[in-house]
Amino acid sequence: MAQTNMLAMILAGGRGSRLHELTNKVAKPAVAYGGKYRIIDFPLSNCANSGIDIVGVLTQYESVLLNSYVAAGGRWGLDTKDSGVFVLTPREKADSGLDVYRGTADAISQNIDFIDAYDPEYLLVLSGDHIYKMNYDKMLRFHKEHKADATIAVRGVPKKEASRFGIMNTDGNGRIIEFEEKPAKPKSNLASMGIYIFNWKTMRKMLIEDMKNPDSSHDFGKDFIPVMLNEGKGLFAYEFSGYWKDVGTIDSLWEANMDLLDSENELNLDDTSWKIYSEDVGMTPAYIAESAKIDRAYINQGSAIGGEVKNSVIFAGAKIGPGAKVIDSVLMPNASVLEGATVTRCLVAEGVRIGKNAVVGSKKSEEILLVAKSVKGDDK
Amino acid sequence: MANKAFGVINSAANYIRVEGLHDYRPIGAFSFLGRFRVIDFPISNMSNSGFDRIQVCLNSRPRSIVEHIGSGRHYNINSKRGAIQMFFTQNNGASSIYNTDINAYIENMEQIERMHQDYVVVAPSYMIYKQDYQALLDEHVASGTDITLLYHKVDQAKEYYRACNIVTLNKQKGIESIERNMGTAKERNISMDTYVMKKEIFIDLIKKSRKESSAYSLADMIALSCKDLDIRGFQHRGFFAAITSLDDYYRANMELLDYGTAMEFFRPEWPIYTRTTDACPTQYFHGAKVTNSMICNASLIEGTVENSIIGRNVHIGKNAVVRNSIVLAYNNIADGVHIENAVIDKWADIRNVKRVVSDSVTPAYVKRNDIL
Repeated sequence: MAQTNMLAMILAGGRGSRLHELTNKVAKPAVAYGGKYRIIDFPLSNCANSGIDIVGVLTQYESVLLNSYVAAGGRWGLDTKDSGVFVLTPREKADSGLDVYRGTADAISQNIDFIDAYDPEYLLVLSGDHIYKMNYDKMLRFHKEHKADATIAVRGVPKKEASRFGIMNTDGNGRIIEFEEKPAKPKSNLASMGIYIFNWKTMRKMLIEDMKNPDSSHDFGKDFIPVMLNEGKGLFAYEFSGYWKDVGTIDSLWEANMDLLDSENELNLDDTSWKIYSEDVGMTPAYIAESAKIDRAYINQGSAIGGEVKNSVIFAGAKIGPGAKVIDSVLMPNASVLEGATVTRCLVAEGVRIGKNAVVGSKKSEEILLVAKSVKGDDK
Repeated sequence: MANKAFGVINSAANYIRVEGLHDYRPIGAFSFLGRFRVIDFPISNMSNSGFDRIQVCLNSRPRSIVEHIGSGRHYNINSKRGAIQMFFTQNNGASSIYNTDINAYIENMEQIERMHQDYVVVAPSYMIYKQDYQALLDEHVASGTDITLLYHKVDQAKEYYRACNIVTLNKQKGIESIERNMGTAKERNISMDTYVMKKEIFIDLIKKSRKESSAYSLADMIALSCKDLDIRGFQHRGFFAAITSLDDYYRANMELLDYGTAMEFFRPEWPIYTRTTDACPTQYFHGAKVTNSMICNASLIEGTVENSIIGRNVHIGKNAVVRNSIVLAYNNIADGVHIENAVIDKWADIRNVKRVVSDSVTPAYVKRNDIL
């Protein structure tokens, strides 16, 4: 088997229950974002752009759609002889029964055989549900320079929000001296992004010990990292300053979409040197009708716009009828808003149909309305 | 057992020239509706018809087509059982009288002879239409005829379809003659340069051509065979465009701005495949005004766009106006520039000339890479 310097494992097993009906049938990494993407396109494209060839995707919750989506590694160019995207679901093993992944670290432990087959020097562990662009190769260089056992990507968060995150306290050289999960009185504002590089040999030994430990919940943040710190391993914080969003709620998913409407948006999806690859749908360009009125919008090909669109993100296959209004909203793939209907401050899920002259959402609503079921209008 | 055919995609005859665009690529590589290339249509037709062996003639400047077709995987052709082969002609300049499809076939005869299918469907890389070739093949076999030719009835043969061939049919749909359209009558049956025949007849026509003329094309040989072979016409219906002049190119794009026409042509059950560039969605800024247009991805629109087709990665500046035009990929239309009735080739930067307007039927053409 070819030697691979750094192999990536993407944790994509979570449900993301605060996204409500959006994740009833799909796992959070498969949720649609930004007019054409699924969230997992970001870590996968980052891997492809960082020169990582082998990516394991650990799935568990409602993984049918996610598995089939991820299995087509060609979407991200990860389909050469030496590269691939591999879906790793819990499986039955000879020495134990069928186990679910008991925690994030356990998901890696249960796939030690997969990783060993590639004999990597480093293991990159990522979350499948974050939106950001990052060059993991730069992070690996940092890891090597600091001769670290583990490197954790961190980002500065506003001090008053720091108590919501896992906070890293570092010394002057960036070495992590303390890790506090959601501290009441945070000592620093460096929040963990859930992106780790480990020296595989060290990690492998520790994972085996963690598996045997009956008191461990087998979680990176709660168990694995604290044990590493206790054992005096060299852990370093790699500071990242670009755009990064963990879209855990309907409001934050909506906000992340709205960010794309700014002319100077930090995510900069049209940077051709760091493209985010995705499923390509064989559709026509966006069709903008005579009756259309567009003011600040992010619109994908394959959509048809006959009405008014203001401050909104429109996915492929979405249709807006004449006289309809879509304001401060997101229309996910194949959603349709029929003639005369008005949609304000809504996130309209895939394939949902808003009937003629129906009114959903409100300008004054405190929260963004998730429309996960079709709404009847005058027509039927 | 089902009838089996392989596909051949032939290139435009050497006398067909499309002003401007053609200087940089063959017609098959022309951008269409900003998103497709013309050759996507015949290849998708073949793929959707279940053909998995396709041979493509390349008669000049092959770079863009070779890059676009690649392994052919995006055309949904089985990567083990199927293949797209490309036929180059080695020694002929684009406008040489020897640069014919037949010369490409002769140079690649071994590949044609090796095909195990009994029939061949030949279709052009410079025309846009939808056709189920398996249905056409079955019809051809049932009719017992030697060659089935696809044709389209038009009523604007005076202004358009120049350099196409017209066919004369008898009552039994037998083809009496095939000749060049000289624009002398409005109503004509235009040959779609698409033929179904047995592989042996195809090879026979190619070999016979050596005894007639080294400059003949397959179309010429079929025209010549009207008396000896049983050639029958099959009428095509639906959207049809022949990209044989800049006027025809412009009109074909503009016709599909009609939503009804476009939706009838682009059906989910008959996808048109193309190579993806993974471009992000297009951003429309405050102050943009876009109506009756088709807009591709990764563009930035700050100005006005009316009745136009905007390709990928195009910037349209503040107070710029683009009307009745086709703007191909990677163009910059700077603030305040006015474009009307024009075709802007790729990578142009229009900033100092504030007006690019054509008053005639023929659109203005701005060259690739030009700064205006």
